[in-house]
Amino acid sequence: MSEYAIELRNVSVAYGDCQCLADVSLAIPINSVVALIGPSGCGKSTLIRSMNRTNELVAKTVTTGEVNFGGRDVYGSRMDLRELRERIGMVFQRPNPFPKSIFDNVAWGLRSNGIRGRKRLEEAVERSLRAAALWDAVSSKLDQPALGLSGGQQQRLCIARALAVEPEILLMDEPCSALDPIATQRIEDLIDELKERYTIVIVTHNMQQAARIADFTAFLMAEQPHEPSRIVEFGRSVEIFTRPGDERTEAYVTGRFG
Amino acid sequence: MTRRVADWTARAAAWAVAGASIAVLLVIIGQIVIRGLPGFRLSFLVTAPHGIKMEGGVFPMIVASSFLTLLTLLIVGPVGIGAAVYLAEFAGDNRLTRLVRFAADTLAGVPSIVFGLFGLAFFVYFLQMGYSILAGALTLSMMVLPTMLRVSEEAIRAVPASYREGSLGLGATRWQTTLRVVLPAAMPAMATALILSVGRAFGETAAVLYTAGMTPSTPLLPLEGGRTLTVHLYLLATTGYIDPAYRVALVLLAVILSFNLLAGWLMARFRRRFVA
Repeated sequence: MSEYAIELRNVSVAYGDCQCLADVSLAIPINSVVALIGPSGCGKSTLIRSMNRTNELVAKTVTTGEVNFGGRDVYGSRMDLRELRERIGMVFQRPNPFPKSIFDNVAWGLRSNGIRGRKRLEEAVERSLRAAALWDAVSSKLDQPALGLSGGQQQRLCIARALAVEPEILLMDEPCSALDPIATQRIEDLIDELKERYTIVIVTHNMQQAARIADFTAFLMAEQPHEPSRIVEFGRSVEIFTRPGDERTEAYVTGRFG
Repeated sequence: MTRRVADWTARAAAWAVAGASIAVLLVIIGQIVIRGLPGFRLSFLVTAPHGIKMEGGVFPMIVASSFLTLLTLLIVGPVGIGAAVYLAEFAGDNRLTRLVRFAADTLAGVPSIVFGLFGLAFFVYFLQMGYSILAGALTLSMMVLPTMLRVSEEAIRAVPASYREGSLGLGATRWQTTLRVVLPAAMPAMATALILSVGRAFGETAAVLYTAGMTPSTPLLPLEGGRTLTVHLYLLATTGYIDPAYRVALVLLAVILSFNLLAGWLMARFRRRFVA
């Protein structure tokens, strides 16, 4: 058993003619929180989305290199996409609950996997909502529309929805960017609890956030505009934020650009 | 100063135009109610017309119109929504789909009497359906299909991509996502499109005159002919029975109004269910 939850080797991603990420190698240790930071448009989202193949949902993308997940290549021809996306859950930038009830949102992944038993679904929904610290707020109104919740609650619902299918890795693409500071605080507390059981990769533009919650941090940027981004530095967050090895990392984390 | 004058003028013009369109509606409704209501008895709805002067009620016409509309709904609903799902979710953008869209947009502008003529030649004679509710419903379906298709396609496209990402990201298949996330979200707009299409089918005259026929009997099977309310109105008015024609117009108006109210009610219901 590898000590890494997922390992990227020389991954490059291109959208049409635009080469966006080049030669990214990154190993995510099990049960850790890894933050991806870097200036806007540097491909942080593309990188995180390459791990469960969500890039190809939006546009034609060409991904080369290898993403090793549990001994298998994510981009290999024998990869079952539905299994992959169940085992690597994703939380998006903006909360995106379905226009359904709270219960149906959390049960969605299980139901689409063919699980029908009412009892089993109820248990899974409660467990996931508790894990997302949302149960107390919604336990009495599970049949009400998810879109009636506040933004922060919606995002925790999306986390619960992802947890319901019991993933191994949780990918979070700027999960707090649409939330106020109090809701952000709660999500951060939640991430701290979740890392006991899950491996978490989080994209953030907020360096304080990365420093607060991440065990490891990867800094991405392009050498020149219109060139593909690469990983400049990857290491323990303490190192990256206090003793960065690269002067570009230092310039970025001290707020000199970006 | 001139900016205030311009602002005031623009407001006044907007009010005038809005007022005029309401006034036109009120005049038409008023005219129909004033001319149609006095001779109106409830028996008008439940008896058949008789005699050369077509006295009596319009029961067979109500049945013919409802039958025709229901059958059209059953044909155009699944076909229109199915084609829209294919175009919006699965087909992508290629020569074939561009051709389909172009054909639909062109068909939407063809006058209804041309559909009637085609229905007469193809369904009534070539397929030997005769003047029948089925031939009429197929003709009407062809007539309203383009609008149904394009409005549904837009409704499906308007569903945020984040719903699809969210669902596929949880391991659901494309088809599960379309059926249980995308379609329910597009439902209010599609239901409205369907009801408006049905309203158009219900009010159509030219396309059914040649295909469903004019027999004033009560159709009970799809292959029987029937005379719709609109065709009846046309016959009454062209033979000079103006007052009965207004009574038919009153019935038509009431039905179309209830279609629109139903559409509004459905929209409100969907919105409550999904948005809280």
